[in-house]
Amino acid sequence: MLFFLLRACFFPLLKNNSKPFESGPRRYSQSTEHLKLFSDMENLTKKDEQIILQEQDILSAPLQRRSFLRYAGAGAAGIALLAAGCKKDGMMIDGSAGVNLGSGDVGILNYAYALEQLEAAFYIKVASSFYSGITEAERSLLSDIRDHEIAHREFFKNALGSNAIPGLEVDFSMINFSSRDSVLATAKAFEDLGVSAYNGAGVLIKDAGYLTLAGKIVSVEARHAALIRDLISNGTFANSEVIDANGLDKSRLPMEVLGIAAPFIKTKINANDLPKS
Amino acid sequence: MNILNILEEIEKTDAEVYERISPRRKAMAEFYGFGKKIALASIPFALGTMFKKAYAQTASADVEAVLQFALTLEYLEAEFYTKGVAAAGLVPAGPALGAITTIRDHENQHVAFLKTALTSLGKTPVSKPTFDFSAGNGSNTGPFANVFSNYDTFLAVAQTFEDTGVRAYKGQAGALIGSGGVLTAALNIHSVEARHAAHIRQMRKARGANIKPWITGQDTGIGAIVQASYAGEELETQAGVKITGINGQMISASAATEAFDEPLTKAQILAIVDPFIV
Repeated sequence: MLFFLLRACFFPLLKNNSKPFESGPRRYSQSTEHLKLFSDMENLTKKDEQIILQEQDILSAPLQRRSFLRYAGAGAAGIALLAAGCKKDGMMIDGSAGVNLGSGDVGILNYAYALEQLEAAFYIKVASSFYSGITEAERSLLSDIRDHEIAHREFFKNALGSNAIPGLEVDFSMINFSSRDSVLATAKAFEDLGVSAYNGAGVLIKDAGYLTLAGKIVSVEARHAALIRDLISNGTFANSEVIDANGLDKSRLPMEVLGIAAPFIKTKINANDLPKS
Repeated sequence: MNILNILEEIEKTDAEVYERISPRRKAMAEFYGFGKKIALASIPFALGTMFKKAYAQTASADVEAVLQFALTLEYLEAEFYTKGVAAAGLVPAGPALGAITTIRDHENQHVAFLKTALTSLGKTPVSKPTFDFSAGNGSNTGPFANVFSNYDTFLAVAQTFEDTGVRAYKGQAGALIGSGGVLTAALNIHSVEARHAAHIRQMRKARGANIKPWITGQDTGIGAIVQASYAGEELETQAGVKITGINGQMISASAATEAFDEPLTKAQILAIVDPFIV
């Protein structure tokens, strides 16, 4: 990863400096632009370090993160400088553009992977400390859903391989995990959103195999949605909030879905390259 | 490469190329005769036109076939719930009757929607078959003979219809690639059937069935009589990726099978519903 950062980001940085190897230690003060870059770096250090660590999500244990930094032989600030350089030059890490989902079917799979990451993270948090007054039946059902979402998330991660986006940082600060109402309302929103997202993404998928895979998952999300809705209020599994007068469920395009999900995802997502039709 | 070689090459990847070009093979003989009469240089043009026509027609026929197939299944479900709601004393008043009525309405809406879709494509919707919900092929004395007098039998058949419907739509999705709105509509029906399935399963659970809103392994929760509707659901590997214990996660075999619903082919579905169609 660091090697890639060096290749992708450091060389363009050098290219932008005139005679970089002759400028010696003073080269960062040669122009105000570099001074600005340096102060930007100060501001962005923490954020960029997070981004870089997210890139390392596959090595999720803290020990492994430390090992990575040690192996890299660079302090966080050093990496942040490179990252800031990337940011300035619009290279692979660009805080404003965000994590790019990619294009074509890979882009759609990454889009699904992003949503499954969100759902899995939510149910993991739910199941790590269930809301007060939970019944044994609810505990069992929510644990099942957690496992399904983890299975979906890991499936996409493996299926995408090197094309997979990094682990996303979520923001559940507006959810009260000790409240049944708050947890189930959020679950309902996520499940209904997930169903509409897969339904809307179907036409954007080119490969029949991927389409069938999306179909295998969306009906399970719909089962979750129905169950969660019934837990909130029995009989609302398919009410007029989600089903129209033709008996059709909702479908939403990626931009709309990501807009709705955005408050729960800290990491910025760039969906500009996704198929449009 | 002459035209015959081109067709042979295509046949390697599309075994049905001759049928696509014309359902009657004699049309090919006619084409060969035609080819002899025209200048060699114009063959690519003639070939392109022929293929465009052949594949466009095939695509359209595929879409129509999917819609007619779906309509037949929706007729089945719609009449089933209509009769269930109408059967005095079958479904308990209150939440149960409310849910079954909701589902009935959706199935009737699906019938109307699919008829409209077919008509707007210039196709004639198939007529509603005569059904035997006892699964007796018209004898009305099949294994579910008490379907409209025994609530548990009714729910068991409902669950099977819903879970089978989910698998049927899923199996047809690939045939609708490129159909745009038709694919989206099919997906939007597909997830509604899954919502129905989840609720019916909870209704059965409330009456003592050992069942969840999702399908575990190939468990029917009903018995061997509906096994064909659940065969294949026990899949633990998706696209070559083993889901059980994936990446060191505590994903049990049960969870791995529950997390993915499996499709069925049209032939499999037709075999399943055959006893219900007179």
